[in-house]
Amino acid sequence: QALASRKNSALSTTQTPTPYKDITTYNNFYEFGTSKSDPSQNAGSLKTRPWTVVVEGEVNKPRTFGIDDLLKLAPMEERIYRHRCVEGWAMVVPWLGYSFSHLLKAVEPTGNAKYVEYITLLDPAEMPGQNDPILQWPYLEGLRMDEAMHPLTLLTFGLYGEVLPNQDGAPMRMVIPWKYGFKGGKSIVKIRLVEKQPITSWMRAVPQWYGFYSNVNPDVSPQNWSQANERLIGQGGAFGGLFSPRVPTQMFNGYGAQVASLYQGMNLTKFF
Amino acid sequence: MGTSLSWPRRLLRVRAAKPLIFLLCLLPFAGLFWRGWTNNLGPNPEQTVIWTTGLWALRLLLITLAVTPLRKLTGWAELARFRRMFGLFVFFYALLHFTAWLGLVNGFSIDMAARDIVKHPFVLAGMTALLLMTPLALTSTNGMIKRLGARRWQALHRLVYVVGAVAVFHFWWGKLAKNNTASPTVYAVILAVLLGLRLRWAWRAAQARRASLQGERAADDQGKSRSLA
Repeated sequence: QALASRKNSALSTTQTPTPYKDITTYNNFYEFGTSKSDPSQNAGSLKTRPWTVVVEGEVNKPRTFGIDDLLKLAPMEERIYRHRCVEGWAMVVPWLGYSFSHLLKAVEPTGNAKYVEYITLLDPAEMPGQNDPILQWPYLEGLRMDEAMHPLTLLTFGLYGEVLPNQDGAPMRMVIPWKYGFKGGKSIVKIRLVEKQPITSWMRAVPQWYGFYSNVNPDVSPQNWSQANERLIGQGGAFGGLFSPRVPTQMFNGYGAQVASLYQGMNLTKFF
Repeated sequence: MGTSLSWPRRLLRVRAAKPLIFLLCLLPFAGLFWRGWTNNLGPNPEQTVIWTTGLWALRLLLITLAVTPLRKLTGWAELARFRRMFGLFVFFYALLHFTAWLGLVNGFSIDMAARDIVKHPFVLAGMTALLLMTPLALTSTNGMIKRLGARRWQALHRLVYVVGAVAVFHFWWGKLAKNNTASPTVYAVILAVLLGLRLRWAWRAAQARRASLQGERAADDQGKSRSLA
């Protein structure tokens, strides 16, 4: 299903996008299973219409949006972003959406709104992976208010000129290109503006390895492996590109010029 | 002669059994190669190769450790002659696993690899398992058994129990990063059973030795008192 947009070249990388097939068959979306191929095989059970999104908390105008209202809230843009997974692989993805700030401004955050959390659908019938207590469901992620208001933070509805496939987070997800992919909550049904820093699903599951910020950082690797470099998916070549070299990971996934100022004076080793 | 043996034992005695099991052990590697050749390693071929080789190294390690308990429980003495081959295949897959990690993840940079090993217990555990199994692979020949002497050779090869524990820990620690330790737990339970059986047998053997020693001593005492009388 096509989704009209105009390209935002200023906020797009010039790198070649990863093939559609890879973006839609190699997914981490535990709500549909833990293996990379599970989401594309199991996400057919998700019904994305009708769909509503509740926006509440520290706002002057709390509101429940229908998905069609959200699609029309601001002009749809195509933005080609780099996408870096905490597991050490990366893609280049032509997303469709608009800056999350448009939605936040529409509900008028109060002075107490310091953080925003966004919550995925909870429905084990449509999301069979939720029968497995591997994470605390529903999936919860969040941002600091200034991160959420940053123009790069994308409220995302589509991919490659079409509406999002279910396995990529339909009908609406978050994309924060300078953070690891898991910060981008998928199939969002609730957005809450809050005063205190949320405890995200991954922080709750393995606190020593997953912090709130999770900015892409080649020098900090609280997890099991080095984050110094990454495997770019979908390069092609002999043996499926097995022997093409990894590429060095960039600070803030290459978006440092736009976002580094958000973290001025912060110890990014401590606040990983 | 053969008629008195059960069919599994007769099968294990067939000349072709060994080359057949050799080919079976090679199958995961052949599968990877074929998938690579036909561009079918999936969106992330590096991950496919590293995970597949690591998983088969661990599976074959458990198979190797299962040979002796299985032989004792079933009485199929023929199983023993496959043990070395299984063990060497563990080393083969572990070496592939290591080489893939060193080459594909670290671009053969010893410096990067070393930093990774020092920093992450998960990587350190994998390296430790590989280092500990290297002397076992090197001393696996008949000549080495003779040179070391059966007793010393056996003592050295008990290291395989440590390799098993470290390898399962490596797998478990790796999956912990994704909060998904269900399958490593299965491997840990199998390893615990295989090592537990050995402990039980060792304990029983020790008890039997003690009992027979006590028996001898009692007999001695009796003899002494009789001679005093």
